[in-house]
Amino acid sequence: MSKKKRKVPEINSSSTADIAFLLLIFFLVTTTMAVNKGLSRQLPPMPEEQKEKEDVKVHQRDIFVVLVNSNDQLMVTQGANDPKYIHVNQLKAMTRDFVLNSSNDPKLPERVEQEFEGYGRAVVTKNHLISLQNDRGTSYAAYIQVQNELSAAYDEIRDEAAKAKWGVSYEEMEDEDPRRKIIRQVYPQKISEAEPKNYGGNK
Amino acid sequence: MGKFRDDSSTKEIPAISTSSLPDIIFMLLFFFMVATQMKEVEYKVSIQFPEATQLTKLEEKSLVKYIYVGTPQPKYRGQYGSEPRVQLDDAFAEVGQIGDYIVSERSAMDEKKQPYMVVSLKVDKDCKMGIVTDIKQELRRNSALKINYAAAQRANDSY
Repeated sequence: MSKKKRKVPEINSSSTADIAFLLLIFFLVTTTMAVNKGLSRQLPPMPEEQKEKEDVKVHQRDIFVVLVNSNDQLMVTQGANDPKYIHVNQLKAMTRDFVLNSSNDPKLPERVEQEFEGYGRAVVTKNHLISLQNDRGTSYAAYIQVQNELSAAYDEIRDEAAKAKWGVSYEEMEDEDPRRKIIRQVYPQKISEAEPKNYGGNK
Repeated sequence: MGKFRDDSSTKEIPAISTSSLPDIIFMLLFFFMVATQMKEVEYKVSIQFPEATQLTKLEEKSLVKYIYVGTPQPKYRGQYGSEPRVQLDDAFAEVGQIGDYIVSERSAMDEKKQPYMVVSLKVDKDCKMGIVTDIKQELRRNSALKINYAAAQRANDSY
């Protein structure tokens, strides 16, 4: 037998690019860089029917009432101050003032010195509460904007506290950073949403 | 001695090798394959997200269940009208059906993961709060308390 050395012909790969292009285009078309982002909230559990509602005594100075009516207008009652109509862009500053009460105003929530694990002593308005009430006719956009402003106020406070304590703002910290949790304990978001009611105007 | 260019010989420009082209395309392909998230459902309601700045990202997809609320898209208007409606999975639903949906979705989940279920409310920004409040009450009744109001990132602090 004669030994013949045959060269194996190379596989033509010029079409792999085309195949890959086809797949690429398919994925390009089906891709929806979906926004899976939003404002996270925890709903309060449903009160049990038989259980008598426990009236928690809340001082007037400790609550911050935000009312949004069916025309998306805002009325806020900051502690023991008189109610005011405001624009939504004033809300953040007002919330901040209320939660911090840095001027120690007797009409705003009481400041208490408290010890926090991992943080040390801090003067906080422990009993403050933000009560958000909206009408059935309020638009969702307005509601989200109000929620957003309230979170923004808290985030700003946390940012400042974290910066003063550790030199890093709350936003810059990694998600798993234990300091995030500590700061959240020092300045917890206390937003309560009332049971739905109808405020003026049927739309 | 140095070489000098020989003007008399006309050299041909070599063809650019395209053998690495498939690799480049494959790289792009892999990027899109990884980044792609197939649409969860076909939207039967039109939704424009409200804008906000303080957003948190929902990390684990398997924990998230969606409820869509918006006005039915034009082709469904004849049947379902133009008032905001709820969509669960691929079908229109009533607010009252949300409870069953949540319960069945939750029982289909891994038992360890059940407490971490998050309900993402994808609501059109022009909806009224009435329907949202009803949904929230329904969720509370079925103790699905972790919710997320889907929103788009607002570029700056403009109003």
